[in-house]
Amino acid sequence: MSEPEVATPLRERTGHALRDPFLQQALTIATTRFIDLRREAFGDFPDGESLRDRARAIKEATLQRLDHHVERLVASVESRGGHVHYAVTAEEARAIVLDIARRSGARLAVKSKSMATEEIHLNEALATAGVTPVETDLGEYIIQLAHERPSHIIAPAIHKTRGQVAELFERELKRPAAPDPEALTAIAREELRRRFLDADLGITGANFAVAETGTVVLVTNEGNGRMVTSLPRVHVALMGVEKVIPSMSDLMVFLAVLARSATGQKLSVYTSLVSGPRRGGELEGPEEFHLVLLDNGRIAQIAGSLREALACLRCGACLNVCPVYRQIGGHAYGYTYPGPIGILLTAMLNGPRSVKDLAHASSLCGACADACPVRIDIPRMLIELRREVDERRIAPRGERAAFRALARLLVRPAWYRLTARVARVLQAPFVRGRTIRRVPFDLGEWTRTRDLPAVAPRTFQERWAALEREGR
Amino acid sequence: MVTCLGDLFYPEVGERIVRLLRRLGVAVEFPAGQTCCGLPLFNSGYHEEAATVARRTVRLFDGDTPVVVPSGSCAWMVKHEYPGLMKDAADRAAATRLAARTWELSQFLVRGLGRSRFVAAVRGRLTYHDSCHLLRGLHEAESPRVLLRALAGAELVELPNADECCGFGGSFAVRLPDVSSAILDRKLAAVEASGADCVVACDAGCLMQMRGGLGRRGSRVRALHLAEVLDVEGEPS
Repeated sequence: MSEPEVATPLRERTGHALRDPFLQQALTIATTRFIDLRREAFGDFPDGESLRDRARAIKEATLQRLDHHVERLVASVESRGGHVHYAVTAEEARAIVLDIARRSGARLAVKSKSMATEEIHLNEALATAGVTPVETDLGEYIIQLAHERPSHIIAPAIHKTRGQVAELFERELKRPAAPDPEALTAIAREELRRRFLDADLGITGANFAVAETGTVVLVTNEGNGRMVTSLPRVHVALMGVEKVIPSMSDLMVFLAVLARSATGQKLSVYTSLVSGPRRGGELEGPEEFHLVLLDNGRIAQIAGSLREALACLRCGACLNVCPVYRQIGGHAYGYTYPGPIGILLTAMLNGPRSVKDLAHASSLCGACADACPVRIDIPRMLIELRREVDERRIAPRGERAAFRALARLLVRPAWYRLTARVARVLQAPFVRGRTIRRVPFDLGEWTRTRDLPAVAPRTFQERWAALEREGR
Repeated sequence: MVTCLGDLFYPEVGERIVRLLRRLGVAVEFPAGQTCCGLPLFNSGYHEEAATVARRTVRLFDGDTPVVVPSGSCAWMVKHEYPGLMKDAADRAAATRLAARTWELSQFLVRGLGRSRFVAAVRGRLTYHDSCHLLRGLHEAESPRVLLRALAGAELVELPNADECCGFGGSFAVRLPDVSSAILDRKLAAVEASGADCVVACDAGCLMQMRGGLGRRGSRVRALHLAEVLDVEGEPS
């Protein structure tokens, strides 16, 4: 268990989200925009479908020989003067980063957006150790000011309206702020500029790391990633170990599908290739470069039921199209990674117990798998997780008994027919016409918002004899 | 195969399908002892139990006759999941054969029988909601639309975001009823905005969800199964 268990029940979390009008407004606007942009981006990109297949094939082939590719990556980074660290757990990863910070005497760390650092809850650890972390991605900056956590993989402040951001800036930065994206960005830029110059440590994630060249690849839109990797004296990049890719030509395949899936761009505004510390004759770049490779449950899944999820590019497309995410947003999921893929990643990091309810937070509509640039079959793995939750007896005893009883009923047609007759008797007081508007007990979960069809006066099976005669 | 929801809640849909097929010259059999395809068990992760139910269904439908299912999700279960659930080689072979001759209704009419011209059994404007398993599981967006577009006496209007889920999702609808209902609200708002008098679907689950929501809203729009809007020319059923 890498992250603490969420105490509030899922039903309460979703209820809270559904009752928040600002959240609802922000989610609808942002996810609809993302969906349209992605559709357009792939609409006029004839190679899109085959590149998605190619991207997935590269990920699969890399996973087959992950140890080999990681060894090459380590050798390449070290040959360019960088240091590579390997963290089995989140705790180890925090200790490695804190140790680097301590040895370099850092007091201020600037960060570019990184879900891997969120996953290990690095900011809290840095602050406790006396190093002030400052997020420099606009969305991350906003949620850091608000003392919140990201609610989307690529748009961390997606849950906030511009009006809420303006209010937040006024309150936290003590300066007037108009609810206008450009004005708000200008304020953030001004606030962040001196932080970039003062920072002793730059912390980033990595979208990819190329084994053959030892290059860490950062895909961003704001240019803050470049400042973080070039201005401070020390640069630490932290990434999941599965993000290694073999070669530069592979990188081109991923770049072609990543931005299109994430934001509908052909290419993000900045694609930064970072290859180790500054060398003789170079004008910029850090004096020290560290790459931290994070396992945190990933390696075990190479041979596990969540293997496919290791192909994830963290583009967020599955969140935008998910009907559940679009209603409840990211925070209701409760852990670092939200949305359909987030449920799988949460299980990967924190074990199946952490998703005993979340595994059911999906209608299995399949929109996620359709949108995924590497075609991860998310619904299939959610079903697998549900199975695991049942098999490990994590599911509530009553639920397991009920499903087993249902199974027994469904292989005994006489019982099934009897049940229909009994249901007809029991439902009688509640039936109006052919529907039921209110029922007591458990079925009330349906009838609070929806009419329930009544069991028909005569089922199809009971009508068949007459229907058969009619056909003669 | 009538499916459990079809048997218990919507028997008239099954009746219409039988009469429709007979008028198209198809002899219809109904193997006795049907219950449910096992999808609710499968989707909730109770795979051994689902396999027991599936094995029984496979044996019940042994033979060479095409099997027509009026629900995309149940058809998907049979076609997509049954073979993998069978442990015994003979059962798996039988499940694979059943999968190959199982059709969702709209597919059977259009792709199986090559019949796409029907007359409307209802008046007014229709719109079509894509059921998730039919669309993304069986990759079928066309057959129902072919039927509805060619339908004499009715007009098909496109539903905005027709491919978005209605929020049913089986046990999801009662495990997270608030979320399910919020998704349904979005769907029904689109249905009402389309100006249609009737939303057509090819899955009993979606119909239960949308009909339930429309009824509670007191909406004038009706949610109908595809079979409820199709009539064979000259012979109203």
